[in-house]
Amino acid sequence: MPGDDAMHNSIVQTQGLTRCFGPLRAVDAITLTVEAGEVFGLVGPNGAGKTTMIKMLTTLLPPTAGKASVAGFDIVRQAANVRRCIGYVPQVLSADGTLTGYENLLIFAKLYDIPRSEREQRVRDALAFMGLSDAADKLVRNYSGGMIRRLEIAQSMLHHPMILFLDEPTIGLDPLARKVVWEHIERLRADYGVTIFLTTHYMDEADSLCNRVAIMHLGKVVALGTPAELKVSIGNPDATLDEVFTHYTGDILESGGSYRETSRTRRTVYKLG
Amino acid sequence: MRLLEQGALSTSWASVSQPFLERVSSTIIRFVRTTLTIAELEARKLRHDPTELLTRAVQPALWLLVFGQVFTQTRAIPTGDLRYIDFMAPGILAQSILFIAIFHGISIIWERDLGIVHKFLVSPTPRAALVLGKALSASVRGLSQAILVYTLALLLHVKISWSPLALIGVLITIILEAAIFSSFSLIVACLVKTRERFMGIGQMLTMPLFFASNAIYPVSLMPGWLQAISHVNPLTYEVDALRALMLVGGTSAYGIGSDLGVLLAVTVLLVILGGRLYPTVVI
Ligand SMILES: Nc1ncnc2c1ncn2[C@@H]1O[C@H](COP(=O)(O)OP(=O)(O)OP(=O)(O)O)[C@@H](O)[C@H]1O
Ligand SMILES: [Mg+2]
Repeated sequence: MPGDDAMHNSIVQTQGLTRCFGPLRAVDAITLTVEAGEVFGLVGPNGAGKTTMIKMLTTLLPPTAGKASVAGFDIVRQAANVRRCIGYVPQVLSADGTLTGYENLLIFAKLYDIPRSEREQRVRDALAFMGLSDAADKLVRNYSGGMIRRLEIAQSMLHHPMILFLDEPTIGLDPLARKVVWEHIERLRADYGVTIFLTTHYMDEADSLCNRVAIMHLGKVVALGTPAELKVSIGNPDATLDEVFTHYTGDILESGGSYRETSRTRRTVYKLG
Repeated sequence: MRLLEQGALSTSWASVSQPFLERVSSTIIRFVRTTLTIAELEARKLRHDPTELLTRAVQPALWLLVFGQVFTQTRAIPTGDLRYIDFMAPGILAQSILFIAIFHGISIIWERDLGIVHKFLVSPTPRAALVLGKALSASVRGLSQAILVYTLALLLHVKISWSPLALIGVLITIILEAAIFSSFSLIVACLVKTRERFMGIGQMLTMPLFFASNAIYPVSLMPGWLQAISHVNPLTYEVDALRALMLVGGTSAYGIGSDLGVLLAVTVLLVILGGRLYPTVVI
């Protein structure tokens, strides 16, 4: 059942959203909205709380305090409804290496109740859309990092979600693979009108591809706006987003032990690649 | 408002306004279907790489061919009317399934690290279906062990009962055993969260579970305290049922009905508990 929020177009709304791990406030009272159809970027140093934020919005992690709605549904009380409306690509490379690309998608098509008559076509279409038709029947173990990412995005859009959460979709990819992934994300938005909520460490990406960017630091959003607005906010419209980032987060590259996810990413890339 | 959104919203309206009975039955159908999908996923993996099944065959073969034959010669263990090898064959079948199932849960730690669990949890799949699907995949592996043990038993002239009813009974018993110990192991994995701790606990548990059961000697030979433990060990009821079902002239100490009842109840309990704990593995 759509909540009141569906009245106006905000597809994500958070109010004082907070998540603590022991004494650590990984996400600290964040209030923000994301409008339907936009590409919303969350940037911030390692350990800023980006993944924690996405995990809450995708119902993986219950908030400690505050509330949020996605597609008009409360992420705690209406988690099942939220799950039907969203797609998610985790930070780690997460396709199953022991299955073929086709099988990876087929299983999820079934889990998302896509009717048998449409299933095969939907899977083939998604593979074609992501440029993976030729590799469909190869084991994912033999895919490159960029191909795995595209497969995962294909997997996450099978059920035509209203919003896609992409946690560092281009991490660990070479520049060419990054570009290809980005072109596909762009086309996804153009063709399906899907809202995209992503995190990234690449400021040039955020600059050219996101409608709005939130800069996170130590669990808080320290700046939010279009890339142009953010540049103006530091008094230099010609600045790069990198400079804006440094301005708001200081020179420290890391603000905490987010070693867990990072080391997992590396291990995964190693294992699959 | 966007077309896409309207579509998604109206479908969710439809699912809310369905009559109650229809909703219950569609929930059950969904549960069964998603369970089978998870099991299918595991079966597909196994098909791509069946070597695991071969390496699994070594242990039961050793137990039956070496241990079994030696102890049948010595007649050290009183097993009533049954030859020792007949007595122990169902026990070894149950043991080989225990050994597969008890380490099955480690796969979710592995899949957690690969982000696969995250994607399952973000999908609308019921949590208990994720657990039961995994459990059934352990059952599939268990069935391959059954084929092996039956083959060896045939070679060793064990008096196997081939009545269809008995075979179906064995099938059900095996499925339940694999489901019990794999859900149990999944619960342990959710609690300990790391591979190292999980392996430690798995190794610590297997032998005691095996020895505190009637798998290779009758409960009556055990000291009192061990008998007590064996009575709360699901493996005991498993072996008891298998012994009655698998052998010509095999008998059950507790009654096949109550054996299966105990096994089914434990399965349901563990799957529900597992479904509650499953989401915590990503936290
Ligand atoms: N399950 C957990 N238990 C304890 N602490 C955690 C857990 N998950 C995250 N944290 C901590 O919360 C903080 C925020 O982590 P998070 O993964 O959200 O950061 P991030 O912005 O995604 O970083 P990165 O850019 O490295 O991915 C970090 O200090 C991290 O160590
Ligand atoms: Mg992260």
